[in-house]
Amino acid sequence: MFTVLRCVIYRDLLLASRRWADVLTALVFFVIVVSLFPLGVGPEPNLLRTIAPGVIWVAALLASMLSLTRMFAADYADGTLEQMLLSAAPLGAIVAAKIVAHWLVTGLLVVLIAPVLALQFDLHQPLLGTLTLSLLLGTPVLSMIGAIGAALTLGLRGGGALLSLLVLPLYVPVLIIGAGSVDMVAAGLGAEAHFLLLAALLVVAAAFAPWAVAAALRISAE
Amino acid sequence: MMYVTPENTTAGRDRFVGHSSWFRYSSPQTFFPLAGKLAPWFAVAALLLAAAGLYLGFFVAPTDSQQGEAYRIIFIHVPAAWMSMFIYVVMTFWAGICLTFNTRLSGMMASALAPTGALFTFIALWSGSLWGKPTWGAWWVWDARLTSELILLFLYFGFMALQGAIDDPRRADKAGAVLALTGVINIPIIYFSVQWWNTLHQGASVSLKSAPTMAATMFAGIIVMVLALWMYSIAVSLMRVRSIILERERDSQWVAEYASGQT
Repeated sequence: MFTVLRCVIYRDLLLASRRWADVLTALVFFVIVVSLFPLGVGPEPNLLRTIAPGVIWVAALLASMLSLTRMFAADYADGTLEQMLLSAAPLGAIVAAKIVAHWLVTGLLVVLIAPVLALQFDLHQPLLGTLTLSLLLGTPVLSMIGAIGAALTLGLRGGGALLSLLVLPLYVPVLIIGAGSVDMVAAGLGAEAHFLLLAALLVVAAAFAPWAVAAALRISAE
Repeated sequence: MMYVTPENTTAGRDRFVGHSSWFRYSSPQTFFPLAGKLAPWFAVAALLLAAAGLYLGFFVAPTDSQQGEAYRIIFIHVPAAWMSMFIYVVMTFWAGICLTFNTRLSGMMASALAPTGALFTFIALWSGSLWGKPTWGAWWVWDARLTSELILLFLYFGFMALQGAIDDPRRADKAGAVLALTGVINIPIIYFSVQWWNTLHQGASVSLKSAPTMAATMFAGIIVMVLALWMYSIAVSLMRVRSIILERERDSQWVAEYASGQT
């Protein structure tokens, strides 16, 4: 089973590395959305410091969602997905590997670049670590929930807008807890409770999401 | 299109129907006339209960000492909010049955319930907004309940949009079922996270529970209205499921016979 995981992750990363433009699009989108907020609300440092965690988290949600449509679309179009469905390896494992690969090429890059953007918002030094850690715990959950939506909307007309309608309401808890952790530290309290809740969401999503995605893929490819 | 399932063939139908009366009505063809017979009764019950509930609410129940007459919107607001959540659970129940037993009728029931659930969610939000203006002085506050109700509305929209985007009804049923089940796991998480988020940012300055212990007639009015909306939901979804059955089975023999009998 670990061979399957390794093979699928390696394959998806290789595909992504051959198409750097796709990976960069989501990342540049993230940077642009975050940079638009100061232009919209004004350069007042105190205001920017207050909204920074929320803005960065919302932009991370949108960037993660933007790349979801590509998660299964290419495999569906060229028939690879059918081979995966027929494969002797458990579909849940293949799906989990694809989710990990998706997170590595979008979520992880967002996590790495977020502290730099937070500096633009003049976020205090200790908060940078909290923000990065909350994103590190939260973005995998986004990839997992998003994968369910991506599998359900596979091959449908208006896929992108429909996908956002399905997935964004389900992202709400991650957003609240993730952005809340930074606010807690800013208020002088610890963020341990928020991190534990994010970790709990991560565990629950990791347990249920591959199974739900597998069911959704079987329905979509029927 | 005509689906060749065991219920569609005569031999298969005889086997199913003859086997046990429990599963007799799981076939759209046998359920269709039953729904037609039951729906008017539920509609009448809804009308009578609504008349009784509104009378209790508007004429019998005492005026609230703090909110005056404005509180009387509670007789619409609270039952609608309860039904909006209850219908989501019922919808998920049918969706789960559809996914596990691969039955066609339960998928149709789930799609028939969704618009009614969305309607009650919208009524709960709208009446809450009308109630909030005179009592809180604002059309909308980011209260935990309001926010989770709003997200529930988005979940209903997502369910209906997904089913609307899929042409094949069987795929639409199953995809909707997976989404509804994912949503039902998320609803408690959303509710608690929203509640926690709100208490972080502002104190409990605004609470729907501010009313002191409720008068017995008020409580009775609310319960009767809940029953009225419940009966209404059953009546409307039975009517809607009849339309869905006719639409999906339009190429089958019995629908042709039914249609020719109608005209």
